[in-house]
Amino acid sequence: MGLRKAFGTTLVLDDVTLSVRPGEAVALLGANGAGKTTLLRILATLAHPSGGTARIAGFDCAREPERVRECIGLVAHGTLIYEDLTAFENLRFWRVLAGAPAPARDVREALAAVELEPYADERVRTFSAGMKRRLSLARVVLARPLVLLLDEPFAGLDQRGKKWLEEYLQAFKARAGAIVMVTHSFGRQLAVADRIAILAGGRIALDRPRPAVSADELMRLYALHTEEAP
Amino acid sequence: MRFARRAWIMAWKDLTVEGRSKETLNSLFFFALLLIFLFQFALGPDRERLTAALPGLLWLGFILSGLLGLGRTFVGERDNDCWDGLRLAPGDKSAIYVGKLAGNLLLMLAVETIFLLLFELFFDLDLVAALPGLALVVGLGTLGLAAVGTLFAAMTAHVRARELLFPVLLLPVEVPVLLGTVKATEAVLLGEPLGAVAHWLKLLVAADVIYVAIGVLTFDVVLDG
Repeated sequence: MGLRKAFGTTLVLDDVTLSVRPGEAVALLGANGAGKTTLLRILATLAHPSGGTARIAGFDCAREPERVRECIGLVAHGTLIYEDLTAFENLRFWRVLAGAPAPARDVREALAAVELEPYADERVRTFSAGMKRRLSLARVVLARPLVLLLDEPFAGLDQRGKKWLEEYLQAFKARAGAIVMVTHSFGRQLAVADRIAILAGGRIALDRPRPAVSADELMRLYALHTEEAP
Repeated sequence: MRFARRAWIMAWKDLTVEGRSKETLNSLFFFALLLIFLFQFALGPDRERLTAALPGLLWLGFILSGLLGLGRTFVGERDNDCWDGLRLAPGDKSAIYVGKLAGNLLLMLAVETIFLLLFELFFDLDLVAALPGLALVVGLGTLGLAAVGTLFAAMTAHVRARELLFPVLLLPVEVPVLLGTVKATEAVLLGEPLGAVAHWLKLLVAADVIYVAIGVLTFDVVLDG
């Protein structure tokens, strides 16, 4: 609500108001530097807002970051992977560090979900970029959060990986999970979204239900608000 | 129990990564070897000069290798944004500090053991008689060094002039530890009983308790930056 973020004299977010209900996914579009990642980092408690409030599952992101962190799963540009640990060890490490039990069966199931189970005991250093991305997603699968914060989640995935992620996100919504997804893509990944919001000039310039916006209209509106062709 | 498990997994991760990459351990081993050569050239075969300088040389070696090792504590966390992952981990962040400290302590003690063995070998010394007392002093001194070093490594992890700033911040704070360890090491190597250096040992214990407590209490703020 009324979220503001300034870096020095540069105002990146100015009175941003956005809500996402359980079982709903919002795709956040915008040009480079529009503040999408900043907004996601505020929601993830990794950045403090200069003004306004952000709440996740009823908890204030600035005042109750620990409670918020228990509810969220973040997939950002960084994969949160240690290259000298195996895929299994990486997942187990983050799970135990979160203070949660990490039975081997659950870890292997999460790896199987992203089709990395055969590589569970191999060092991540040997993985391709797409495999690292899938491992990053397996971390979220294992954590079972209430809210997913995704920054370009489909980037680096092959067609099979993209299809799996689409299905996973649909199933996540069906379990009443909420999703905020930052993307530059106008492709099939938008099918996951129930609403499309465009961030421009530090504000939410457009917030509409996805079925109400055709692909052509979305491109026109995006160009109109960002002065940039998609 | 949960705190201990989280601290353990952090220490396990750091030691496993180091055990596989051996980036720090290999560098520190060759650094220790280089220092020993330099010390031997500087002191020559004069036993008296060596005896007088030995405690200072030992701790100079420990501190220099410690600075190199400790300064890298959080470098690996910057890769792939793992630092953000540590911040996002729910729960008491001091468990991360304790885990990092334990990992650093074990790594430093391993390097110091190698350093002592090389000293014994190159300078033809017999440290066996002084070993129990020396182990106590080295253990206490290393804990004090690692406690502040781990905290300051986190503070300077995102600073551009990290390599310069880290020792500048660390060494003045370590003065009580350095004073206590060098004096206590000197007495132990001369064959004096530990009771004779009890006041230095008390200073070391007090410094260790204070430094670890400050690390535990402030790490949350440091990590969230």
